[in-house]
Amino acid sequence: MNETSPYIGFEEYSEHVPTSIPLAVQQATGRFVSGRAARVAELPQWEELRQIGSDIRQHTIENMDGYLTHLEAAVLSAGGHVHWAESGEDARQIVLQIAKENKVKSVVKSKSMATEEIHLNRALEAAGIESLETDLGEYIIQLAGTGPSHIIVPAVHLTKEEIAVLFSKHLGIDAPNDPIELARIARETLREKFLSAEMGISGGNFLIAETGTLVMVTNEGNGRMCTTMPDIHVAVVGIDKVIPDWDSLTVFLKLLARSATGQKLSTYTQFITGPRHAEGEGGPKEFHLVLLDNGRSKILKDPVGRDVLKCIRCGACANVCPVYKNVGGFAYGSFISGPIGAILSPQMLGTQAARELPFASTLCGACADVCPVKIPIPTILRHLRRRVSQGDEFSKPTLSTSIRVTASLASFALAQNWLYRFGTRVLPTFMSIFKRGNWISNAPYPLSRWTKARPLPSFTASFRNWWKKEKDSTK
Amino acid sequence: MTKAQLFITCLGDQFYTSTLKSMTRILEDLGVELMFPPEQTCCGQPLFNNGFEDKTKGVALNFLKAFSKSDAPIVAPSGSCVSMIKHHYAELFPEGISEHDLAIDIASRTFEFTEYLVNVLKVTDVGAVYPHKVTYHATCHYLREMGLKTEAKTLLNSVKGLEFVSLKEEETCCGFGGAFIVTFPEVSRSMMENKVNDILACGADTVVMCEPGCLMNVAGGLHKAGSKVRAMHIIDLLASK
Ligand code: SF4
Repeated sequence: MNETSPYIGFEEYSEHVPTSIPLAVQQATGRFVSGRAARVAELPQWEELRQIGSDIRQHTIENMDGYLTHLEAAVLSAGGHVHWAESGEDARQIVLQIAKENKVKSVVKSKSMATEEIHLNRALEAAGIESLETDLGEYIIQLAGTGPSHIIVPAVHLTKEEIAVLFSKHLGIDAPNDPIELARIARETLREKFLSAEMGISGGNFLIAETGTLVMVTNEGNGRMCTTMPDIHVAVVGIDKVIPDWDSLTVFLKLLARSATGQKLSTYTQFITGPRHAEGEGGPKEFHLVLLDNGRSKILKDPVGRDVLKCIRCGACANVCPVYKNVGGFAYGSFISGPIGAILSPQMLGTQAARELPFASTLCGACADVCPVKIPIPTILRHLRRRVSQGDEFSKPTLSTSIRVTASLASFALAQNWLYRFGTRVLPTFMSIFKRGNWISNAPYPLSRWTKARPLPSFTASFRNWWKKEKDSTK
Repeated sequence: MTKAQLFITCLGDQFYTSTLKSMTRILEDLGVELMFPPEQTCCGQPLFNNGFEDKTKGVALNFLKAFSKSDAPIVAPSGSCVSMIKHHYAELFPEGISEHDLAIDIASRTFEFTEYLVNVLKVTDVGAVYPHKVTYHATCHYLREMGLKTEAKTLLNSVKGLEFVSLKEEETCCGFGGAFIVTFPEVSRSMMENKVNDILACGADTVVMCEPGCLMNVAGGLHKAGSKVRAMHIIDLLASK
């Protein structure tokens, strides 16, 4: 998987971000940020709650095996099936097999990051199975043929005008620019499909080990239809989603919606424990849980990097990230974007393909301040930068040799202070060639990358001399 | 007599001579006897934050040697460099070797300038006069890593004639980010432009901050935008009489 992942060119993408993207993203995330702030202000014990949430997640990832074993037994005893998928390919094959055994021709899907991670739709379509996203945002990006650009608002990068154009093109209608009207059109198109699909596929927000319960937190009601109307429900969920018990769930339900959308609770919170048990009961005939590893066990071996698995996918880190807000989610080149993407993708796809991502941050720390489970994102970014630049027990360095040589030279000059002081004396003279007034507007490479956006103040570097004169004369 | 050692930081050294002179004057006027170890270079953060932990060690050692000749506190005009020293030096050297203990000792007596004034010297008024509309940009490491939330504003509050104007998204990064500014120039540019637009919109004629790197970025951005708004290090404002 690592070697074959295509290179993620963050910098190259950032050179030509469509101007509509930052505008759309900033508008939506701005609403979430203020909503979150208002909800947090109402809860005086918010910081305590974050600490408890963080502790539970830490405990869970450190004892993942035990909880997963528990979970499996509980799902089985509730009448469900459990499948272990070591890779994305395994997961796709498992889902296809279930579909084949049940002669499934069409699938309805509710929003799921795990199925985006494994590109399930592509596999279903290749097998001749129609797969339809029923979350409005996912439906839109499915029409657009892209992945999601935000964890909880997959189509955040699109304006209502762009969505109307998509609808008109794909549905052969004249769709208006009105969000309510667009939602109505989507709902009507989808309704038919809910009735005819033989299989529903979902993700899951939490898996309660205690009772084998899948918890889904949604806002549109489509999730409920996907998991109850078709005869078969397949949930594809990352193994990191396991939590110990219902008590811990109450903590995460308090943290999740507030952090994500600024709601106290999302509109729907669904608990699914196995299939229906008797005719006439709601729910599907069969319930399958596909537990997706796809590199997670490997990440667990790294005592610093593994904290990424504490994530509850609220998107708050992206909402406050000034880098994300200026480039949008596609820059991160994977199903997951923003700060969480920058620490997950390099671990999942490897630091060859995703080597730019840990650097695509100013280490401003805004993300860590809001993360409901206190993932130390800047610390993990630095940790992964180390993996890229100098290598560690998990990977060889993947940075270009020229940059590593430059760093060695800089290190030498800064450690040998005579050399630094010599440089400080000659640099202002050298740089004065480029000076116009007090500013340098066209510095030579690599500082040209600075001055293409704003001038550099001129090198003055005369404090040392001043100090010497001042202090010598007063002695 | 109170003594302190000046750490001028590499960016201060290269670009902000007059700020450093002002820093010297303010501290000396408060009766602090200053020392300047000439062997100092850089705190090593540019290497450390770019993943070259092994190459940071020598730079940190140079710093530790330069500043351990005296046991006086160390004061620097940068929250970011001070954070590097306070929060990362000790982890560069394994426990049990003398450099580790030295790093902990040095960390415990290194202070950012406003922190040193307000929390160590307990000074909130340095007698500055600056009759202007001033806004404040809270730089990231100063604010979040150092946890300095009130110090700069407390000092601004006692400047005579100063009218404080608040800045929208005061705590949002300006896009400097060390090597980030040259690694991802276009992202840095957008972030800087957002910051500059907020500054222009707030109606202040001066913006201050406590970080040389961010100051270079924001001041350059304002200059490029053709604006008359002055960007300055808080030290320069506090030195105005
Ligand atoms: S890293 Fe934290 S803030 Fe970001 S999505 Fe995960 S839980 Fe939310």
